[in-house]
Amino acid sequence: MRLSRRRIRAIVRKELRTYRRSASIVAAMAIIPLVFMVQPLVSVFALSSSAAAQLSQRHELLYMLGIPALVPAALAAYAVVGERQQGTLEPVLGTPIRSEELLLGKALAVLVPAVAVSYLVFGVFLALVGLFAQSGVAAALIRGPDIAAQVIFTPLLASWSIWVGMAISTRAGDIRVAQQMSILASLPAIALTTLIALGTIPATLGLAVGLGAALLVANRIGWRLVSALFDRERLIVGTKG
Amino acid sequence: MTDGDGTALSADGLGKRFGDRMAFEDVSFEIAPGEVFGFLGPNGAGKTTTVRTLGTLIAPSAGSATVAGIPLAPENGVEIRQRISIMPETPGLYDRLSVAENLECFAELFEVPDPSDRIERALRSVNLTDRAHDPCGTLSKGLRQRVALARALLSDPEVLFLDEPTAGLDPVASREVHELIADLGRSGVTIFLTTHRLEEAERLCDRVAILNTTMLTIGRPNELRDRLFSSAVTVRTVDPLRDPDGVFAGLPGVEGWRQDGDGAYVVAVSKGDVAAPAITRALVAAGADVLSIGESHHSLEEVYLELIGEDREVSPV
Repeated sequence: MRLSRRRIRAIVRKELRTYRRSASIVAAMAIIPLVFMVQPLVSVFALSSSAAAQLSQRHELLYMLGIPALVPAALAAYAVVGERQQGTLEPVLGTPIRSEELLLGKALAVLVPAVAVSYLVFGVFLALVGLFAQSGVAAALIRGPDIAAQVIFTPLLASWSIWVGMAISTRAGDIRVAQQMSILASLPAIALTTLIALGTIPATLGLAVGLGAALLVANRIGWRLVSALFDRERLIVGTKG
Repeated sequence: MTDGDGTALSADGLGKRFGDRMAFEDVSFEIAPGEVFGFLGPNGAGKTTTVRTLGTLIAPSAGSATVAGIPLAPENGVEIRQRISIMPETPGLYDRLSVAENLECFAELFEVPDPSDRIERALRSVNLTDRAHDPCGTLSKGLRQRVALARALLSDPEVLFLDEPTAGLDPVASREVHELIADLGRSGVTIFLTTHRLEEAERLCDRVAILNTTMLTIGRPNELRDRLFSSAVTVRTVDPLRDPDGVFAGLPGVEGWRQDGDGAYVVAVSKGDVAAPAITRALVAAGADVLSIGESHHSLEEVYLELIGEDREVSPV
């Protein structure tokens, strides 16, 4: 099966244009990361230098991986059921586009802003900690391996969250239900990163490699699985013949 | 492209069932390239489901079909959709995008060469060049319908499916769409038009099929009239004829007559072109003052109502 880059690009461009012009989408993409950033910033600024030793035993920065796990969930959940409810899905499915192309285009259109927002917020967080936190605290918090983990796992977690959201979106009959279920489904990933951040699950290189590989495979399978779940007939007529 | 028999679109015993409900069944036809084919039927008759089936959006439950010369099968879906275009009943436009952006998206999905030129041509053909940069959400229903039509034209389809293209449009907007469809028909595009507006079908279509879950009939509108209604000549005279039977009986091509008011007669004929001159001569010979004489016409609407009425009597809903 040959996938058309041109068709995938057309879907990405259309989705990004729609996001840009939708105030609610922009607000949702901005509010969640801000919540994730402000609370830990306040805690970090309140810490004295003596807390540095305790911080060095943990990986608090990984807490920020909740952003790529949560931000794309609602958008991905809207992707299919939203178009279906607005009546725009049928004309698209009447074109030569394959289900795999449509879903990949929609996934990339969610992934790009989600990753960009996650990196931006992470960058701002690091800058503010570096500038305003106690020097010992900043040094204990900002560590190379944690930054590398953030950079690598952000797109992997966002992709996972997107495929879960899209799977829900292809089967749901209502936008709000799809979004609520999608956010709920992203909670296990957030719980896992939080447990690693707090040191409950020891953060080791082996764990990082294992999780990274598992997410890569899961994302690949997720794309194929969601494509298989994407039933054109059911999406158009609401029932299966 | 057509199949080996020179048909652009054909169906043989095509049907679609959703659980216990039959959406349509036993639909068979052959449509020649460049033909404008009307698919008529009341609401719920299965017209839209037929379009969706032929457009590879849903799979048939029974029968077979070829679309743009390609057998209708799941593995041929992409190839068929490259050669056809579907304008659904609701335009389904992206309201936050402009007219041009909507068309740009679909031009890319169809992978048309030189999309800018194609978009410009499509906009020109529906008279929307000056609204190209307006967000679709700000357009009236008629304008949205025209954008949907422009979108359907982008790929220069071999077969164009138009599902109720004038539904909800005012007479002026409907007329514009009719003119566009007539132009497309003249340019050789095969058009499959579903409608329940009979004057639209009569005006635009070379042939029509009438569907009410099953296909009731198919043919040219005048053939359907001839098939259902016997020909008749209507006569009006200033005063009632003294001996109408003496005037009409025995004339060539005349099968019978009945009075339809004072000085008005409906004469059943086998062939209007043979009977009408004979009736005229007989009336003049009888000294009648003739006000009018002419062949009576049955509209497609009468054909439709007759067939749908018969169908309801046979299978009450």
